[in-house]
Amino acid sequence: MRLTTLLATAAAVATVSAGVAAAGTLDDVKARGSLSCGVTTGLAGFAAPNDQGRWEGLDVDMCRAVAVAIFNDPDAVTFTPTTGKDRFTVLQSGEIDMLARNTTWTFSRDVNLGFEFLGVNYYDGQGFMVRKDLGVNSAKELDGAAVCIQTGTTTELNLADFFRANNMSFEPVVVETGDQARQAYEAGRCDVYTTDASGLAAQRAGMSDPSAHKILPEIISKEPLGPLVRHGDHQWGDVVRWTLNAMITAEELGVTSANVEEQSANPSSPEVARLLGSEGDLGEQLGLSTDWAKNVIARIGNYSESFERNIGVNTPIGLERGLNALWRDGGILYTPPFR
Amino acid sequence: MATETLATPRRSSLWTDQKFRSIFFQALTIGILGFAIAFIAHNTATNLENRGIASGFGFLSNTAGYELENTLIPYNSTDTHFRAFLVGLTGTLFVAFFGCIVATVFGFILGVLRLSHNFLINRVAYVYVEIVRNVPLLLQIFVWWAILLALPVVRESFYLGSGMYFYNGGLKAPSPIFGDLFWMTPVALFVAIGAAIGIGRWAKKRQDATGETFPAFWTGLGLIFALPVMTFFATGAPLEWEVPTLGRFRFSGGLAITDMFLALLIALAAYTAAFIAEIVRAGILAVNKGQTEAAYALGLKPNWTLRLVVIPQALRVIVPPLTSQYLNLTKNSSLGAFIGYPELVATIGGITLNQTGQAVECILITMAVYLTISLSISAFMNWYNRSIALVER
Repeated sequence: MRLTTLLATAAAVATVSAGVAAAGTLDDVKARGSLSCGVTTGLAGFAAPNDQGRWEGLDVDMCRAVAVAIFNDPDAVTFTPTTGKDRFTVLQSGEIDMLARNTTWTFSRDVNLGFEFLGVNYYDGQGFMVRKDLGVNSAKELDGAAVCIQTGTTTELNLADFFRANNMSFEPVVVETGDQARQAYEAGRCDVYTTDASGLAAQRAGMSDPSAHKILPEIISKEPLGPLVRHGDHQWGDVVRWTLNAMITAEELGVTSANVEEQSANPSSPEVARLLGSEGDLGEQLGLSTDWAKNVIARIGNYSESFERNIGVNTPIGLERGLNALWRDGGILYTPPFR
Repeated sequence: MATETLATPRRSSLWTDQKFRSIFFQALTIGILGFAIAFIAHNTATNLENRGIASGFGFLSNTAGYELENTLIPYNSTDTHFRAFLVGLTGTLFVAFFGCIVATVFGFILGVLRLSHNFLINRVAYVYVEIVRNVPLLLQIFVWWAILLALPVVRESFYLGSGMYFYNGGLKAPSPIFGDLFWMTPVALFVAIGAAIGIGRWAKKRQDATGETFPAFWTGLGLIFALPVMTFFATGAPLEWEVPTLGRFRFSGGLAITDMFLALLIALAAYTAAFIAEIVRAGILAVNKGQTEAAYALGLKPNWTLRLVVIPQALRVIVPPLTSQYLNLTKNSSLGAFIGYPELVATIGGITLNQTGQAVECILITMAVYLTISLSISAFMNWYNRSIALVER
């Protein structure tokens, strides 16, 4: 009798746990009242707590934008710091709803790991940083050098490929976190520090003497970084995808946090009207409120505002827009229309 | 009616039967356990499938694509994940083997020092043991690595003589290049060891029979040393050294002992030695003072007393807990992943896991390997323990 009850309970539990995986993440998030978002353990400009302990950065803005789209509250987010190594497990296990952690969109991650990438919020590429006094001007001169790498990234594969393709050898120093890699590089244990070029700029800004290091011109890989969610929940995927698209489209249409109220009342074009919810029901189609995108622009800003605030030329990171400019400005940011 | 009731003995419930109850509850326990395991396995498999995560061990034969430095077996980025796993396995075994040896030697010395009558020596050993065994090992590994990283950079290496350099990347030494006839030297060594054992047996037999002693130890030692050396020079010294040379960035050629290996080895040995010291101290104190006095009374010299009476009895107390320390050291070597030492958790449980995303499979392999290594060490130590155990007649 007791055993039968146990069996029945266990069967019920099994059904429930299998059910959780398939249930709507959007409903779960709404029921919980906050979004759970995976970010880095700390990379200046992308995701790092400021001196008041508030998370800031380009990836953090992505999380906050989704929270605003759902709750109209940029603080309805729980940030979960993840390492390069555990980020995928944390997302797979359902501990977080989305991951915005400088994660490169690759075939195997998209297909084999059971994830869905929803766009690109930063087009990056892997670069090299060396000490200026080594007198190195090109990555092709690095034969025999010791290279500091953080484990669990696409970086170590690109690095091996690049050196092999150029018939060069190197001595890898593979450590667990980006900070440790920087520590080993600063101690002179390695001659070269390699990671995504944006990360190099961020790490250099934190070194004792940033001017003693230089970033080599070679970019050896394509690193489209973007937010991702678990595969299979298309409604949730759409929410995150179109939140990102809304921020980029807002820049394209000239809608900023400063003029969004005015644009909403007096749309300058039909697409602005559809984006901001003055016309049509795009928000409802996503399962959100009509003015979701208007809230995102009002509270977070458009893509350009987020970029310039976190990693732009006027910040210590000092990155140019480059590839990340709009298509009409010489970059490759291009979103499908809001229609 | 009444008589019938009396004639039938009262049916005792099965529950009051102790034998039945014990079997029932054991069966129930096994059943629940089996069910729980099956449930976890099924749930994992179902959820992996629901989330579209591929599973299986096929990824082991795919190209690994990443580089590892200073591997004990040849490896490069075009080899498979399985090969990377073997690199990790040899790395773990290598550091665990030397760690156990260094920890044992250092631990025994410390343990004896703890018993010293000299106040200063005694206290220094005591303070060392208390500090080292009460600080988390991971921190100690980081500290040792930080100390090594603070050494001069490669272009300002310390030159230790004979082609050896010491810098913040570890130790660089000349590597041997063996000539054609070099194989005869190790053969000579084995022959000498065999002969030394033979002489020892013969000497013991003769001493048992006639009482005459023979300096078998010194003869054997002389033989083991002299025969290979003579062979080496007789074959024309077929050995050359490749000295490491400093290139534009790093040394090329020669043997390397990396800073990660050194930091891990020192930390593991220093940490485990503190525990072994206490075990050794307890073992020696466990031998009754009367044993020593009895040995003296029989006229045994002090060092014979130690060798023939005290140590054999102390070992019986020391060996079982020593086994646990070896197991701990081996498992603790997994912390080497944090400073980039290529061992199991860094390769199959780290980079491979990450690049392939096969978390369940990689962790299963890693756990199975640690279990196998630990059980092997246990089996060996149990055998050794039996061989020194008290044989009762």
